Amino acid sequence: MWKTILRRVLLMIPQLFILSIIVFALGKAMPGDPFTGLITPDMDPAVIERLREEAGLNDPIPVQYKNWIVRILRDGDFGRSYTYKMPVTKLIGKRAANTLWLSLLTVILTYLIAIPLGIYAGRYNGSKFDKAVMVYNFISYAIPRFILGLLLLLFFGYRLKWVPTTGSVDLGLEPGTLDYFLSRLHHMILPAITSAILGTIGIVQYLRNEIIDAKTQDYVKTARSKGVPTNKVYTHHIFRNSLLPIAAFFGFTITGLLGGSVFIETIFTYPGMGELFVSAISSRDYSVINSLVLLFGFLTLLGSLLSDIIMTIVDPRIRIE
Amino acid sequence: MEAEKILEVKDLHVAFRFQDKYYDAVDGVDFTLKRNEIFAIVGESGCGKSTIVNSIVGLHDKNFTRVSGEIIYDNANIANYSEEEFNKIRGRHIGFIFQDPLASLNPLHKIGKQIEEPLIYHTDLDKNQREERVLELLNQVGINNPKRVVNQFPHELSGGMRQRVLIAIALSCKPNIIIADEPTTALDVTIQAQILDLLTDLQKEIDAGIILITHDLGVVAQMADRVAVMYAGQFVEVANAEELFDNPLHPYTRSLLQSIPQSDSLGKDLHVIRGMVPSLRNLPRKGCRFAPRIQWIPESEHEENPELREVSKGHFVRCTCWKNFHFEDEGGN
Ligand SMILES: Nc1ncnc2c1ncn2[C@@H]1O[C@H](COP(=O)(O)OP(=O)(O)OP(=O)(O)O)[C@@H](O)[C@H]1O
Ligand code: SF4
Ligand SMILES: [Mg+2]
Repeated sequence: MWKTILRRVLLMIPQLFILSIIVFALGKAMPGDPFTGLITPDMDPAVIERLREEAGLNDPIPVQYKNWIVRILRDGDFGRSYTYKMPVTKLIGKRAANTLWLSLLTVILTYLIAIPLGIYAGRYNGSKFDKAVMVYNFISYAIPRFILGLLLLLFFGYRLKWVPTTGSVDLGLEPGTLDYFLSRLHHMILPAITSAILGTIGIVQYLRNEIIDAKTQDYVKTARSKGVPTNKVYTHHIFRNSLLPIAAFFGFTITGLLGGSVFIETIFTYPGMGELFVSAISSRDYSVINSLVLLFGFLTLLGSLLSDIIMTIVDPRIRIE
Repeated sequence: MEAEKILEVKDLHVAFRFQDKYYDAVDGVDFTLKRNEIFAIVGESGCGKSTIVNSIVGLHDKNFTRVSGEIIYDNANIANYSEEEFNKIRGRHIGFIFQDPLASLNPLHKIGKQIEEPLIYHTDLDKNQREERVLELLNQVGINNPKRVVNQFPHELSGGMRQRVLIAIALSCKPNIIIADEPTTALDVTIQAQILDLLTDLQKEIDAGIILITHDLGVVAQMADRVAVMYAGQFVEVANAEELFDNPLHPYTRSLLQSIPQSDSLGKDLHVIRGMVPSLRNLPRKGCRFAPRIQWIPESEHEENPELREVSKGHFVRCTCWKNFHFEDEGGN
């Protein structure tokens, strides 16, 4: 098992290399360069040219790539944000923590909703409950993400005023205190629920079908032929085997959340990476955009690595001797 | 001395539901199983063999299946038992061995755990005793390194080993009846014989009766005491194995026997029965089901609904015209 996992981890190296090249190439392909945001019409072109020369923008492309990657790896230097006037790492760091917390809560809610729904719908397929779950699935599938977010925000945020409509924490609270923690939770709950509702669709449907399918498997017939009580047939044989692909999906679920954070955070003006990404694009803050793309790419790779590792642990068939 | 009857099936009908109508897949089957006996059911694919044995232990989906008639085990008619009632019999009194050993084992559970499972629900053994019993069972089914195998997963074993594991599971509680639904079809020819030998050896140890389903008449000839030949949901001929091979009477039995290489003692001019088994929903519900497939006998010779008649002691045939074949056969020689 460890061998399989190690092999999978090593595979990350070429993946990361390719990712870095793609991100670098994208950065080059985008109109303008890190100075575009600074240039004003009254600047002397010669000055701009000097700045470019100093920043190494006139070097051959491979050299630029090398310098870029070395700065990142050696100094952790991703450049500076020209709109926020601070190093990108510092800027993203705080935002990343916010997004991570939001994602964590979303994941917990997603599985808390999806697993019982999928299990009951699958076990009692054809029942009223199952039909209700299918309707739920259909509706949440049909509603676009941002519409659902806006509706919930209008109703619970503006109308009922149960939850704040912006930000990630109330001002003036001391980090580490219970109040601080609760306030964060309060800010996160609505975006998390919105994301979770949408995140459950695939999982519920998949789990339900897996269970219906597992019921007809030969090994379930064997279990029944042994005289295993029906409830135990479900818990020991059917659910466990059906949850396997869901566990493996876990990594990808996280990846999906990162993509979704762009919408959710923008709607709820929640200061995370997704919201930063949107504002960086509108202000053409290239070094921020570039770093975020790199980070999203990295996290995506990490997500699929996680999926594969979970799969290796839970499914004995995958292990290599 | 007459051996003790351990299972009696009387006028068993098993029907599957398609939309709102039920169609009989098993249409009036009778038989008895005695202690230490091997009762074989042969017949082509889809004729209802598995349906019979599944209904005996209640493995069918009860929402889509209707079982009627009697299945008498231990003085009770179990035909319409609930899942809970069946769970007291399955694994404990009746062991089941399936065709595909890989698919029949849970891919995520260790072998030891899968053999231990029936012991948990049917015996008072504690954890240690169960583990001992599992090792003992693995030894009994001819697995050399049981200590290693208990910690392995199904995919790590060979096909023959897996089938031995399934046999260990079926025998774990020393059942009175063993049902083996094509236990060797998925295995290599060389291993088939080993598995069947093992099965008969173990049967003798626990004095069980076996219901053996197979396509392979060679297996039947070698193992079975009594044989039922099944066609389209009914038994068309039932006899002791020797009698059946020496004196097959039903045209369908004869066509089956013809496909055995060493059967040239049979008439050379026997007609081959052409055509496919009709599907469940298209079965002719009146008249002899064989009629459409045997055109060389004048229609007047066929009876509307032939019954399974005893033509000599213990030899039953569902065919009115069997004598025609008999005569024709002898005349041809
Ligand atoms: N669960 C089910 N629902 C509907 N029809 C079924 C079901 N199980 C079996 N049948 C049908 O009943 C008939 C008998 O099937 P059965 O599996 O008993 O045949 P069999 O003799 O065991 O064949 P094989 O040798 O292929 O295993 C077939 O026509 C089959 O299609
Ligand atoms: S009664 Fe006629 S049609 Fe039916 S099995 Fe006998 S010979 Fe065939
Ligand atoms: Mg079958």
